[in-house]
Amino acid sequence: MSGIKVEHVSKHFGKKQVLRDVSLEIEPERIYALLGRNGVGKSTLLALINNRLIPNSGVISLDGENAFDNEQVQNRIYLMSDANYFPGDRRVEWVFKITGELFGGFDKHTAARMVQHFGVDTRAKVRSLSTGQKTIMKLICALAVPADYVLLDEPVLGLDAANREMFYDEILQEYGNRPRTFVIATHLIEEIAQMVDHVFVIGHGVVQVDADTEPLLNTARILTGSIQAVDAATQRLTVLKHKDMGNMRTVIAANVPADFAAPSDVEVSGVDLQTLFIALTGREGDQHE
Amino acid sequence: MVKFDADSIVPLYQQVADELTRAISAGVYRAGDQVPSTTEISREYQLNPATVLKGMNILVGNGLLEKRRGLGMFVTTGAPAQLHRELKQEFFAKQLPELVRAAQELGISRQELIDALMNQEQS
Repeated sequence: MSGIKVEHVSKHFGKKQVLRDVSLEIEPERIYALLGRNGVGKSTLLALINNRLIPNSGVISLDGENAFDNEQVQNRIYLMSDANYFPGDRRVEWVFKITGELFGGFDKHTAARMVQHFGVDTRAKVRSLSTGQKTIMKLICALAVPADYVLLDEPVLGLDAANREMFYDEILQEYGNRPRTFVIATHLIEEIAQMVDHVFVIGHGVVQVDADTEPLLNTARILTGSIQAVDAATQRLTVLKHKDMGNMRTVIAANVPADFAAPSDVEVSGVDLQTLFIALTGREGDQHE
Repeated sequence: MVKFDADSIVPLYQQVADELTRAISAGVYRAGDQVPSTTEISREYQLNPATVLKGMNILVGNGLLEKRRGLGMFVTTGAPAQLHRELKQEFFAKQLPELVRAAQELGISRQELIDALMNQEQS
């Protein structure tokens, strides 16, 4: 199989078990969302894939080749994260140059376009940049390197709404120019919901949801009506969450079959990804933190 | 095109297909015109490129769009006429019976309906 394969990976830091048993596959030329509540190990997983951390057990491979300590494989993967490896007294243009040297190429065209769009001062020193400007600098690196798998860990940190919008646009433009895989770990779910092919939700050390966005959303429904009517209608459905207001019950249900016909006294509507995510990750057993 | 509705029951790719169909039917894109590329549409509405492609492929399947290798997607010669035919069929198959049913439920007689229709035409 082609792509990144994560098989039964576990990782603990001292006594703290972060990932228990994570298995998932990341295919070429697709856009993924990596979701999960704070502290569930999204960053850990991305760092493991990119060899910045070593798993306690399990295997990570790319196109069938073990990714561990494998420079050839790692050259095809780029991780943009919160970490800053660049010395503060260097200039942005130096960061671009060194990134190009380290990762076997730097698309000057892409970089120049983004520098212009975001209004980056390439002569500025790294230490003088604001959080948002540092993020933009790192995003330019992530999109300009020739990697086939671009992992973005909270890529919009410190960016205002206009810059975030511009960034999503850049991703889609870059995808159009040279299709590659993007894995976006973010808590701004609604902003990327319509952009992603596939959704991973990490929780309790395992992959809780591993589904294509479209079928995931198309089989989730919100049902509203009287308690009796909704209960009758949802008897055979997986109810993720319910909320009552007087005699009115609202339910979020998953795995709703395509031919599901609700009685006329129950109103059915679709669910957005953010709402579904909260319903999915808000289930019992979340109190341990 | 309008904004795509994330929590609609209609899948996003279908919404893309519907919007493109509407645009052709409204004459925004005429026979032989090139429609925006997958990337253009995906950027404009920040939609997943595969979703956009799936939507466009519905129109290719319907014979409304055709792929020209290396160039992009174009509105077929017969598309406007075909859409017009389909909309007309839909009017008689769906909208008209709905209207008649609504009239019946209100106790409006067939004759009253016909009279109203005639007056409508004159105005």
